[in-house]
Amino acid sequence: MDFNDTPEEAGYRAAARAWLEKNVAGHKALPHADDMAAARSWQARKAAAGYAQITWPKEWGGGGGTPIQSVIFGQEEAKFPVQYGYFTIGLGMCVPTVMAFADDATKRRFVGPALRGEEIWSQLFSEPAGGSDVAAIRTRAVRDGDDWVVNGQKVWTSGAHYSDYGIVLVRTNVDVPKHKGLTMFWLDLRSPGIEIRPIHQMSGGSNFNEIYFTDVRIPDSQRLGAVDDGWKVALVTLMNERLAVGGGTGASPKEILALAKGLDAADGPLIADPAFRQRLADWYVQAEGLRNTRMRTITALSRGQTPGPESSIGKIIAANQLQDLGNAAVEAEGQYGIIADPALLPLKGLFQTAVMNAPGLRIAGGTDEILKNIIAERVLGLPGEIRVDKDAAFRDLPVGR
Amino acid sequence: MNFDYSDDQKMLKDEARRFLAAKCDAKVVRGVLDQDDCAYDAALWRAVAAQGWLGTAIPENYGGLGLGHVELCALAEELGRACAPIPFASTVYFVAEALMLFGSEAQKAKWLPRIAAGEAIGAFATSERAGPVTQASLHTVATGGTLSGEKIPVTDGDVADLIVVLAKDGMYLVEKGAGVSAEVLRTLDPTRSAAKLVFDRAPVERLGGDDGIVAMQAVFDRAAVLLAFEQLGGADRCLEMAKDYALERFAFGRAIAGYQAIKHKLADIYVKNEIARSNAYYGAWALNSAAPELPLAAATARVAASEAFWFASKENIQTHGGIGFTWEADPQLYYRRSRQLSLVAGAPATWRERLVSQLEMRNAA
Repeated sequence: MDFNDTPEEAGYRAAARAWLEKNVAGHKALPHADDMAAARSWQARKAAAGYAQITWPKEWGGGGGTPIQSVIFGQEEAKFPVQYGYFTIGLGMCVPTVMAFADDATKRRFVGPALRGEEIWSQLFSEPAGGSDVAAIRTRAVRDGDDWVVNGQKVWTSGAHYSDYGIVLVRTNVDVPKHKGLTMFWLDLRSPGIEIRPIHQMSGGSNFNEIYFTDVRIPDSQRLGAVDDGWKVALVTLMNERLAVGGGTGASPKEILALAKGLDAADGPLIADPAFRQRLADWYVQAEGLRNTRMRTITALSRGQTPGPESSIGKIIAANQLQDLGNAAVEAEGQYGIIADPALLPLKGLFQTAVMNAPGLRIAGGTDEILKNIIAERVLGLPGEIRVDKDAAFRDLPVGR
Repeated sequence: MNFDYSDDQKMLKDEARRFLAAKCDAKVVRGVLDQDDCAYDAALWRAVAAQGWLGTAIPENYGGLGLGHVELCALAEELGRACAPIPFASTVYFVAEALMLFGSEAQKAKWLPRIAAGEAIGAFATSERAGPVTQASLHTVATGGTLSGEKIPVTDGDVADLIVVLAKDGMYLVEKGAGVSAEVLRTLDPTRSAAKLVFDRAPVERLGGDDGIVAMQAVFDRAAVLLAFEQLGGADRCLEMAKDYALERFAFGRAIAGYQAIKHKLADIYVKNEIARSNAYYGAWALNSAAPELPLAAATARVAASEAFWFASKENIQTHGGIGFTWEADPQLYYRRSRQLSLVAGAPATWRERLVSQLEMRNAA
């Protein structure tokens, strides 16, 4: 066990830091009108230097590097105010799926622009009837000559309102069990017949959307994988999702300490309250446990092993902890805690925000309950859930809400 | 960066697991539990000594194997998994570490080879009353080369050849013999022995400097990491037992392992164990490399491992249902051991407090 950089890693870190110092300074000097423009420009800079997708092969514009190098760059980049979320889903999940299943011409057309932040991708899986039950998809695609005609509704598509392209999972056969009648396509989100409506969340944000399809035509040439074999393609996307999402660490120790020092309790600062110190220790233990768990995952990756569903623990812990910790902070503020105006609050209302965001975080990317099933079944080898719909044709399934 | 055991360390760990599976099954643990006058399993102690495990982290010039502390952590994990009923922790994690940290050349040369060979059992005597050990809790005093006072409880105090005693003005080495009397105590975990020791002008040697509490804490920091690995091994074993039982036990027409209530319970144990494992690995690195992060890493590892083992041991019994809390079923062995290991170097609450104060210090620096 060695938590220090090897000489090679130290060299990579030094080069990354030097590059960041030089380029972030230049980047900040650019007169950016908005966050998205700044994000695109930063992404393009990273792509040009091989820092955009460090583990991708160089022939696809990546850095040709190792998972450890990717972590090192991430650690160094986090020290600068240039962390943007716009490209995570596209580069983490959609584009890898395109790279795995599309023809060469398609890959050549799309991988580069996505890498450079010129085009943004969305993942169109969830539906009102299928959240955790991803395969319960009702959006229909019917073959019409060289095209497929799509009708239905998707929901919980992160960032679709600013995205250019998407990968979409649709039902192409209702006469077979649900997993066997799905097909995956890539599509232009500005195709005629698509309507994207932002969803107003309880936190006040509108990061998710619902998307309506009315006779949307998708050419068969945009199919990813075989007809009715879309579940296999979706599993590739979902595996990448676990890697991308599973890395959450909850509130950082820095925020935990800031919380305790910044708040007053009855007899002095909260950090002096023995009961609060006990809880603080537990949060720190969990945050550190997650950080080091991620390092174990990366060690496995660097040894050529495939990280398994173990990384599901990241999201379970992080989202729950953010909810508990945020609430403890809000409660510690007493009557004042109900205020939601960042201008009036300690740490600009960081913990009020956490309380309102946490319910969504415990659901997005797999609920706590689904993730625990994944651990129980795929890590511990316990029996799967009883699935009464397993062998029935999709058209015969009962429909509730 | 490398956040796992090396291949050699894994091989050592696998060998240890096979060895303990052969020499330390539940019958051996029960043998100690069921006999009132049995402090530890002597055959297992001799076998472990013959393997050289006691000297894993002791330098070769003092008769040890001269391996690192990560290797010792790997063995600790397996000893915890086997619930080994031997005075390994007292002797190796506490007394040998105290000697290596604070011993004079003569003290090290005299005792470390005997410890490595399994000829001397050690005990670390700090507590005198309920609650955390603080300067105010100490009444044991040393004057004119002799020591007087009472220590309760002292794990393995009844069978120790060498006792490291915390007195008001520092730590001392006491040999079993004149001026030392032991009264065996009933404890929550009879598979690990404990005693009240009374010192009446027992001849002593000084070990280390003036601040005994600081010295004790330095030993505790090192032991905490090693204990965390024992706790982790025990917690893993509990998960395994619960899983095996749930797969075999049928109710309402199917294995109870198929019910979500049980699946989620076992998933919860798994999550806590993995958090404990990751924190223990960080502690192992800090211990092995003598990093300045050791006090914080040790506290983090100890809190995580104590929580994981407690949770796993109690939910293992719950998963077993009615059979789970009988004397003849094995879950109780780990439930008992989880209490022993959580308290032997200070309670989790004390470690949480230490963790936060370490955070404050680092933050202030």
